[in-house]
Amino acid sequence: MSSMDLRLDTSGDYYARKFQPTKREDTLILNMGPQHPSTHGVLRILLEIEGEYILRADPVLGYVHRMHEKMGEVMSYPQYYPNPPRTDYLHALAWNWAHVAAVERLMGIEVPERAEYIRVITCELNRITSHLLWWGAYLLDLGAFTPIMYSFDDRERIQDILQRITGSRLTYCYYRFGGVSDDIDDRFVEDTRRHCAVMKERFKMFKSLVTDNFILRKRVEEIGEIPLETCRKYGATGPVLRGSGKAYDVRRAEPYSVYDRFDFNIPAYDTCDAMGRYLVRMDEMQESIKIIEQALDTLPEGDYIHPKAPKRPKPPVGDIYFALEGARGKIGIHLVSDGGKSPYRIKLRAPGYSNLSLFSEVAQGTLISDAVSILGSLDLVIPEIDR
Amino acid sequence: MIKTLRETIGGLWSLLVGMKITAINFKSPEITVHYPRQVVPDLEGFRGHIELVPKEDDPFKSKCTACSNCVRICPTSCISMKAAKPKKKEAPAAEAEGSQEPAAKKPKAKPEPVLFELNFNYCSLCGLCVQSCPTNALRFSDDVYLAGFTRQEFVFDLLARLQNQAQKKEQ
Ligand code: SF4
Ligand code: SF4
Repeated sequence: MSSMDLRLDTSGDYYARKFQPTKREDTLILNMGPQHPSTHGVLRILLEIEGEYILRADPVLGYVHRMHEKMGEVMSYPQYYPNPPRTDYLHALAWNWAHVAAVERLMGIEVPERAEYIRVITCELNRITSHLLWWGAYLLDLGAFTPIMYSFDDRERIQDILQRITGSRLTYCYYRFGGVSDDIDDRFVEDTRRHCAVMKERFKMFKSLVTDNFILRKRVEEIGEIPLETCRKYGATGPVLRGSGKAYDVRRAEPYSVYDRFDFNIPAYDTCDAMGRYLVRMDEMQESIKIIEQALDTLPEGDYIHPKAPKRPKPPVGDIYFALEGARGKIGIHLVSDGGKSPYRIKLRAPGYSNLSLFSEVAQGTLISDAVSILGSLDLVIPEIDR
Repeated sequence: MIKTLRETIGGLWSLLVGMKITAINFKSPEITVHYPRQVVPDLEGFRGHIELVPKEDDPFKSKCTACSNCVRICPTSCISMKAAKPKKKEAPAAEAEGSQEPAAKKPKAKPEPVLFELNFNYCSLCGLCVQSCPTNALRFSDDVYLAGFTRQEFVFDLLARLQNQAQKKEQ
């Protein structure tokens, strides 16, 4: 071992070397992540910087790849229940729903009306918790510490409500083929109503504390402008697309479940900047509350799960694509069945993946601190992107 | 010039609004719980690891009929169970004699688990086992403060746990 070269290896790994070649010699290649507080998880971004300015940016993915799609092929349908919620742990119920609904549609399982209402209520509650966490964490990225405390206060209360019926606080596994696993009771309805009222007041406080804040506006206005064309090119959905002026929401565009019965707006801002995306999410939380209140008012009686729902489903040969609106955009599941007890193939469409893809283009020429703001405004959940 | 002035005033105003909200919240009652000096009172719905439910008439016996539904449905194969039919001639364990007699007299003894182990390390607390049990022999425990240093501590012998619980109850 005497010939061991003790000099530091500076050539970098595969991604860094691939990224390296450039005509300029006065720039610096920098790794942001995979352990970086602003990347929320294990996202790695390779940056070529000149001073504080980013010339090129390239996200490197796959650090939390857990083979969720492959697992779907070896597990039976009910065994796959806990997996989709764990891809996007912030809006777990939406993923849970996407999986369940895809199988339901393939097999033609009927879902009782009450179950649909319960799904809408819980899914929207979950959407609020997701946006609240994004709100707190985004502001933390931008250097404001206090807001996350307020957002966690509200978030925990919603989680308390959900815990009572779903049994979990984060990675819910609540929906079942043909319904939900447990009925909601009067206390749930009461708690939810009370908390909705509280939240409405809190939003006013959030607005005056943060949204109208001078410093925040400086950090988000006219930062990270994503033209609608770019969104289209990369297939960005959710608040990113709506922040660029297109009011596209799967709940409205291809209504699933009972969403067509509720009256709610699709907030959209055509400023295309981080502020637009920020405002979309802030408005969306209020719209979610509107939906929840309407659903609670018209909650029908009945079964919470179809009495004839199959315990061990074996869908017929065929395939199905089902999409719904998650907190980050369009969640899609493509399921191919060969008639067996586990899917032949299951493909998950993670909205975060498309939303992140446009980052390379948008980050060009921005300051590093602005790139942090842009990343935050995309609301990335890395486990969902890596799946 | 005017722009700078306006920005300064705007900034100061934001500062004041922020201070006001902080002051209001400073006076509002505490919302955090100081663990371990305090504990959260209402933990309804909390799921600890699964445990066996005892029979109503005999707390030393579980309701489990060893159908292995739970073993088959568990996505991560956390549950291992071995079933056996209780022997007819040999008298079963002394404590359980009362409830065992009628079953022993029948020609077909019902199988019951002789080993019921849970590897909690892999459990995702999905609840599928509890919901798929035909005899409602499983439930979630409620120890929120479960902690340990090794993986081995999270492999639970649920039958032994049932015995312990029953003994504690008797005392
Ligand atoms: S809760 Fe789910 S993962 Fe845990 S033992 Fe039961 S079936 Fe298995
Ligand atoms: S499903 Fe219930 S009865 Fe069947 S083996 Fe499991 S615990 Fe026992």
